[in-house]
Amino acid sequence: MLEGLLIGLQTALSFQNILLVIGGCLIGTFIGMLPGLGPMSIISIMIPVAISMGDPSGALILLAGVYYGAIFGGSTSSILLNAPGVAGTVASAFDGYPMAKQGKAGKALTIAAVSSFAGGTIGALLLMIFAPALSSVALLFHSSEYFALMVVGLCAIAAFTGTGQVAKALLMTVFGLIMATVGEGTLFSLPRFTMGIMDLQTGFGFITLAMAMFALPEALLLVLKPKEMTDGGGEIKDLRITKKEAKAIAPVIGRQSLQGFFIGVLPGAGATVASFLGYAVERNIATKEEQDDFGKGSIKGLAAPETANNAACTGSFVPLLTLGIPGSGTTAILLGALLALNVTPGPRLMIDEPQVFWAVIMSMFIGNLVLLVLNLPLIPYIAKVLSVPRNYLIPFILFFTLMGAYIGQNNATELLMLVGFGVCATALRFANYPLAPLLIGFILGGMLEDNFARSMQLYDGVAFIWERPMTLGLLVIAVCLILLPTYRNKRAKNKKTDGPDNI
Amino acid sequence: MALDRWIALILAGICLAYGYTAWFTMDANLAPFMQRNPIWPSTFPKILSILGLISAFIILFSFEKSDEVIGDIDYRRLHEYKLGQALMLLGLMVIYALSLRPIGFISSTMGFLILGSFLLGERKWPVMVLVAFIAAFTIWYLVSEVLGIYMRPWPAFISNMLGG
Repeated sequence: MLEGLLIGLQTALSFQNILLVIGGCLIGTFIGMLPGLGPMSIISIMIPVAISMGDPSGALILLAGVYYGAIFGGSTSSILLNAPGVAGTVASAFDGYPMAKQGKAGKALTIAAVSSFAGGTIGALLLMIFAPALSSVALLFHSSEYFALMVVGLCAIAAFTGTGQVAKALLMTVFGLIMATVGEGTLFSLPRFTMGIMDLQTGFGFITLAMAMFALPEALLLVLKPKEMTDGGGEIKDLRITKKEAKAIAPVIGRQSLQGFFIGVLPGAGATVASFLGYAVERNIATKEEQDDFGKGSIKGLAAPETANNAACTGSFVPLLTLGIPGSGTTAILLGALLALNVTPGPRLMIDEPQVFWAVIMSMFIGNLVLLVLNLPLIPYIAKVLSVPRNYLIPFILFFTLMGAYIGQNNATELLMLVGFGVCATALRFANYPLAPLLIGFILGGMLEDNFARSMQLYDGVAFIWERPMTLGLLVIAVCLILLPTYRNKRAKNKKTDGPDNI
Repeated sequence: MALDRWIALILAGICLAYGYTAWFTMDANLAPFMQRNPIWPSTFPKILSILGLISAFIILFSFEKSDEVIGDIDYRRLHEYKLGQALMLLGLMVIYALSLRPIGFISSTMGFLILGSFLLGERKWPVMVLVAFIAAFTIWYLVSEVLGIYMRPWPAFISNMLGG
């Protein structure tokens, strides 16, 4: 491990990579503040830049910096404007915005920065401990277990993201898988479902799809329903926190780093769930007087979601780096970028390309430090971005969305597909279909089919399902994951309807 | 019928077409040596078409009852939002996509950014033109000169006039 750490330090501390971390954090913070642009949109916009760099560790360092920056930027707009830029920072607005209204905006931003830093750093430490252990277990896996594991991952994502509507999330996952089969298949390289269109021979572009699923609908929603942008309360001063306050939030930060990290590791949960759960837990275990303070500008109520969402962001890298299975939409986009750079994340990543693995972990520490050092003094200036008029902002967001798809392929047909899929994605959002499962299904589709085909060939049929107990076990877990929430919903519904009759 | 069930119906239709291709037409010109393989290119799509149909029908026949959740936007009152602006911007994106090649990157991008802010109600022409030019030129410079991806900046006849 020490050797790995040194390799990572050596890679991450090169001049170019330090610049990338700083640049990524700054870009992420700036764009993350804009309401409506979450880490997923920002990372998909940054991917063409990252891919054209050609160096996988550099690309991943840049994108990880953007990711952290986006989460931090999102909390800035939550606190100052009550307009969260990212779903993961909605909980920060509960107590952050009241603090800002009481004229303690500077203090709120400092607490946010410090707890983000602590959450991210402790998360990275935990990642260093758990990722190698998990990947040595994962090395025992066979292609049939991989297939089963991916099925488990997809089912977990469908079960967790579709709150109460598992069928919708499942349908979206299957559609992602269906879209992944368009183009030349890995089996015999036969073109499938191209309808004779040459542009579909290579399949749908993953960046195009990512843009169409997230960035474009967000921008369209901004056009359809202009958000009221209230004034940020003018001057931001008094950034210091007192010793007493530091003492109060220290245990919160400790607890939430651990809790957030482990929630982040679970597929489908991620920063949003972690921040809400963190807020709820801290509120429940606080003393009676402190509980009344929650929602009215409690420092604990701000520190809890801020720590948890950053720790969860780090945690979500664990399944990505060790199993090659993304747990969230954002890490799915990162996985797509890595595949484009010819790096296959998975248990062999630590053996084949240790510099990529360790450089990412080291750059997490550096990125968190950069966020703390750069952003604290810059906070008052960063907040100025929020005053860019909407009339200029929206065309630019649309333009960057189009550019992202165009630069990758240099093909105008891709842009037409982007607009088409974007309209479809907006309609799906209106009807409350979750879009992240679709993209994750699309990205995992190729690998899922590869592993399925390989195990079919090895066992000359589907016998691998019952001949390998681990595969069978994992598939059973997958089925349970889908059926359990449906069953529980039904029971809860029945109880509700039965209730009045019994009385 | 609510929008989510209409969408489920459409998706079920797509699944049927997809499934028909996978089950009946795709294997027609499979070479004999491929047929000996335990897995065909159509195997995985066959499974997917069935899974897709099942989940679409669950939504269509509302086996899974759920409370109506209204998200960011209530589509039933879509006309109350700025639908016209959104549609015009989408149209503008299509025009941009089609004009990129014939009239060059810088000209079409400037047109897109200027018309985009115009559609949203901006009328300060000098600022709009200046911002659009700086943005279009910077991006073109970064992509074309720094990253090395060729994009024609101007319409063909101007490039010829400029000598290349």
